Amino acid sequence: MQNNIQLTKELFEPISVDLRQAEEIKRPSLSFWADAWRRLKMNKVAMASLIFIIVLLLCAIFIPILSSNDYFTTDLAGKNKKPSAEHWFGTDDLGRDMFVRVWYGARISLEVGIAAAIVDLIIGIIWGGIAGFYGGKVDEVMMRIADILFAVPYLLVVILLMVVMPPGVGTIIIALTITGWIGMARIVRGQILQLKSQEFVLAARSLGADSKRLIFKHLIPNTLGPIIVTLSLTIPSAIFAESFLSFIGLGVAAPIASWGTMSNEGLPAMKYYPWRLMFPAIFISITMLAFNLLGDGIRDAVDPRLRK
Amino acid sequence: MIRYLGKRILFMIISLFLIITVTFFLMHSIPGGPFTSEKNVPDEIKKSLEAYYGIDKPIGEQYVDYLKRVITWDLGPSFSEKSSTVNDVINRGFPVSAHLGLQAIAIAITGGITLGVIAALRHNKWQDYSAMVIAVLGLSVPSFILAAFYQYFFAIKWGLFPIAKWETFEHTVLPSFALSALPMAFIARLTRSNMIEVLAQDYIKTAKAKGLNTIVITVKHAVRNALLPVITYLGPLTAGILTGTFVIERIFGVPGLGREFVLSITNRDYTVIMGTTVFYSIILIVMVLLVDIAYTIVDPRIKLSDAGKE
Amino acid sequence: MKKNVFVLMSSLVVLGTALAGCGGGQQAAEKPAAGGEQPAATPAAEAKPQVLKLNLHSEPPTADPGLAEDTTSGAIVRATFDGLTRTDESGHPANSAAESVEVSDDLMTYTFKLRDAKWSNGDPVTAKDFEFAWKRVLDPKTAANYAYQLYYIKNAEKANKGEAKLDDVGVKALDDKTLQVTLENPTPFFLELTSFYTYYPVNQKVVTADPKWAAEAKTHVGNGPFKMESWEHKNKLVLVKNENYWDKDVVKLEKIEFSMVEDENTELSMYENGEIDWAGAPLSALPTDAIPALKDSGKMTTQPIAGTYWYKFNVEKAPFNNVKIRKAFTYSIDRQSLIDNILQTGQLPATGAVPPSMELKSGGYFKDNDLETAKKLLEEGMKEEGLTKLPPITLSYNTSEGHKKIAEAIQDQWKKNLGIEVKLENKEWKVYLEDLHEGNFQIGRMGWLGDFNDPINFLELYKDKEGGNNDTNWENPKFKELLNQSALEKDPEKRKKILADAEAILMEDMPIAPIYFYTNSWVKKDEVKGVKVDGLGHVDYKWAYVE
Repeated sequence: MQNNIQLTKELFEPISVDLRQAEEIKRPSLSFWADAWRRLKMNKVAMASLIFIIVLLLCAIFIPILSSNDYFTTDLAGKNKKPSAEHWFGTDDLGRDMFVRVWYGARISLEVGIAAAIVDLIIGIIWGGIAGFYGGKVDEVMMRIADILFAVPYLLVVILLMVVMPPGVGTIIIALTITGWIGMARIVRGQILQLKSQEFVLAARSLGADSKRLIFKHLIPNTLGPIIVTLSLTIPSAIFAESFLSFIGLGVAAPIASWGTMSNEGLPAMKYYPWRLMFPAIFISITMLAFNLLGDGIRDAVDPRLRK
Repeated sequence: MIRYLGKRILFMIISLFLIITVTFFLMHSIPGGPFTSEKNVPDEIKKSLEAYYGIDKPIGEQYVDYLKRVITWDLGPSFSEKSSTVNDVINRGFPVSAHLGLQAIAIAITGGITLGVIAALRHNKWQDYSAMVIAVLGLSVPSFILAAFYQYFFAIKWGLFPIAKWETFEHTVLPSFALSALPMAFIARLTRSNMIEVLAQDYIKTAKAKGLNTIVITVKHAVRNALLPVITYLGPLTAGILTGTFVIERIFGVPGLGREFVLSITNRDYTVIMGTTVFYSIILIVMVLLVDIAYTIVDPRIKLSDAGKE
Repeated sequence: MKKNVFVLMSSLVVLGTALAGCGGGQQAAEKPAAGGEQPAATPAAEAKPQVLKLNLHSEPPTADPGLAEDTTSGAIVRATFDGLTRTDESGHPANSAAESVEVSDDLMTYTFKLRDAKWSNGDPVTAKDFEFAWKRVLDPKTAANYAYQLYYIKNAEKANKGEAKLDDVGVKALDDKTLQVTLENPTPFFLELTSFYTYYPVNQKVVTADPKWAAEAKTHVGNGPFKMESWEHKNKLVLVKNENYWDKDVVKLEKIEFSMVEDENTELSMYENGEIDWAGAPLSALPTDAIPALKDSGKMTTQPIAGTYWYKFNVEKAPFNNVKIRKAFTYSIDRQSLIDNILQTGQLPATGAVPPSMELKSGGYFKDNDLETAKKLLEEGMKEEGLTKLPPITLSYNTSEGHKKIAEAIQDQWKKNLGIEVKLENKEWKVYLEDLHEGNFQIGRMGWLGDFNDPINFLELYKDKEGGNNDTNWENPKFKELLNQSALEKDPEKRKKILADAEAILMEDMPIAPIYFYTNSWVKKDEVKGVKVDGLGHVDYKWAYVE
């Protein structure tokens, strides 16, 4: 039983001495994400949030189409009505149905919030990653450019954009991301400055990993925590910034209203017609909660240090 | 380090110069001027107004004039507040905004780090979830709604604090809390996220294995290393919050500097736009420098000067 | 936190009023209560401390009458200065710093005799102070925006434009107590003008000694019923009774404390909490959503003010080059429903350009919500232009919650009534103004508040196509001719007829669609009496007292 395997020379062959292979990731990235997905699925809170977000998106697409009310028809006699069987969320100050308006607003707010977050994420990671990794002059120049953009009065930039660009969702996203990525870049740079002096980076470097690989395979995955947290700030900021832009005249034209615009309009009515503030505000908060819990779940699932 | 600082300060001055330049030309490129009004005055009056404020000269000349004045910290007269200079406006508004801002930052840091640490230590337990629900609410309920709520409940309904105005310490409480909500929530989330990572590190396990109690581990070993992103965020936050917040100041009737950043632009009050921007920029770039210095203190392994590709 | 986005993103509500500039408030109407009350002879009232706590809304841009040009500064200046005349409780100019006035037969020369009065620092008020003040305003070096308020005086306009010397201006102190004013044209409303703050005197000695005299309470010197005790900028301003005022026996109030809270909801809460005695117009506004509740409580006062809210058509852009199409759009607005449901404060539907307080023709020039005529005119207009379909139409307004609501409602009315789809577009205030002045619009909203009590205020702006405030590109030689005639006409009745003819032309060509006439609304504590708000929205505290 013990010795029935004959070790012959043919069973062995010399390994090739290829240093690049030494640094090869044994788990390909596909399986990394697959692995993360597997662990995310086990996180009940995160999965509930994911399902909620999907349902929300579906509702935003279909409810405005299917509803018998629309977002623009005014009914001055039926203004500021409490929630009822006919108008589930009540009516606003021009007698428009709040239910449909909230769902229509969801389209704009979610579109703008998610798009702005993605653009911020991409620019922020690349900018902050490069600045932090190379350090020295590169860092100095890149981060000072960020400071300059950050310090120039945003309202001026927005007014200029309003003059030169047509109003619409595309312009809103540009306006939101023009400076929105800076916070992300700063956070990523700070983390990378800290991480790049750690042993595993030195190890990877001495094994010949190039800079691109170091930044995107070794450093960025280790900064996912703060990145996801920063994203969780970006989305609500974008949703409210959108309403500010609409207000300035850059956003979608009235009578379409986003969640941000609706909460702004509802706020002064808080004491008298609370539902006009309540519904959009609750939707924003619950959506944000779902995004954040999902984000935390993703973070836990992909954090290399928490991987077991 | 001294050499690094010298270089850095040079870069800061260049940045400031670029900020002034960009803002100056941006400001002049948008439609409308300080005297654009719904009751248009005759052109001759407009001209004499422009001559009075020196904005009839060619733009290049105005720009050079402005640079010269800024060096001596003479920020010029305000267009909309006819009897004040921009220096007056800043000198009056900044102490108020800074007072409010410092209180808010203190609340945000204490509250945020505490919430974040508790959440991390009790990761995925109810303490974690409740701390994070609070934090997410802080992030998704904007400060103006929060301010209106605080005002409605704490001042109007229960009469615990004054509704508005800037007189005694009681007057500062509600605006400070309203202002601190968002940074507190964000700091809590950042702290939690980094704490979770740090707590999983070997040296913490070692400390635990050595039998150190949780409090000592948390305070001595973990928090310090989890603070880096919080510090990153605190730099620009401090600059922003010390120079005032329009909405909070408006709702609570605080005579701070925040309104000037917004109203100067809507009024096209050129000198105030420039003055507030320069003032804010100086604070901002100094704070950003302090953040970088703080990095090297929190984690001495961080090198700023020439840590390029070796 | 990023100053830019995070600060700004949350600013909307608040910006509502801030960005709108002076885009005009909308308030409204029960019966004037505060205006006409008799302050005199209430001895029982003396027991209460005579202190008024008010909200000034914002820091007054100036306390110098020569530079003032806004409601806030106006209120402070009116309380701390006194003109030759002062609008009395009945709304007419009554001699105040002047003891008597003589008008020449050709209505071109006014001779004012001043009464013995003192400045708050004890100096005597002289005719020289008036002459100095007026010439100072007209001096181009002073850079006073409101200098044009003095253009009725001979050579004033020329001097202000640098075409004549200041010495040639028709104002002269014959001696310490006599002021002679020569006018450019016979101006029937000149006495009314002398009650306006640009015509107030300033203390020559004080002003020449310290150019920043009006910046602080310590150096501020006036001749009005009150004087400045303290001024914490952007926070608090306190006025106390001026013991040197010539009419001090009438002034009952000892003190006025002004807070400076900009937010209207906060202001109303402070009022409801008893911290201030007054909320709303004329210094601020009541939050729209609070109005139904305030109205029900019966505490709200509403009073018309001389102002018109209108939509301007750009008559050079299709389809509004056609008068019938302009009329169709104008007639098919249901103003009453806007007023009842959105504005809610008793505004009057505007079917003419001139507000009721200076009305030229009662009942207006067309019927509100006249759908039948509108449809007919639209059809005819389109036929004339050879159109089967209207080009895309955009309605522009400056950023503000109030303007937005009105625009949304009118957009829906046009859609329901005429079947026309109109796009809405809002812009930041000054961008909007530039676009309007440059003719870069199809339909744009605007409001106009009268500076003084005369219909010319509302007609003059459409006189010249290139005039700074016309915007519509409309011009009519007959209209122009009538306005020129009116300036020379000495007989008030004939003049009124001329102006009525002019308004009729304006409404026949319809370069503007009048929507409503403004009102002012406020709430105040019952014991506050005698605060006078006139038909132009100017507030005067001289006769105010606490009962």
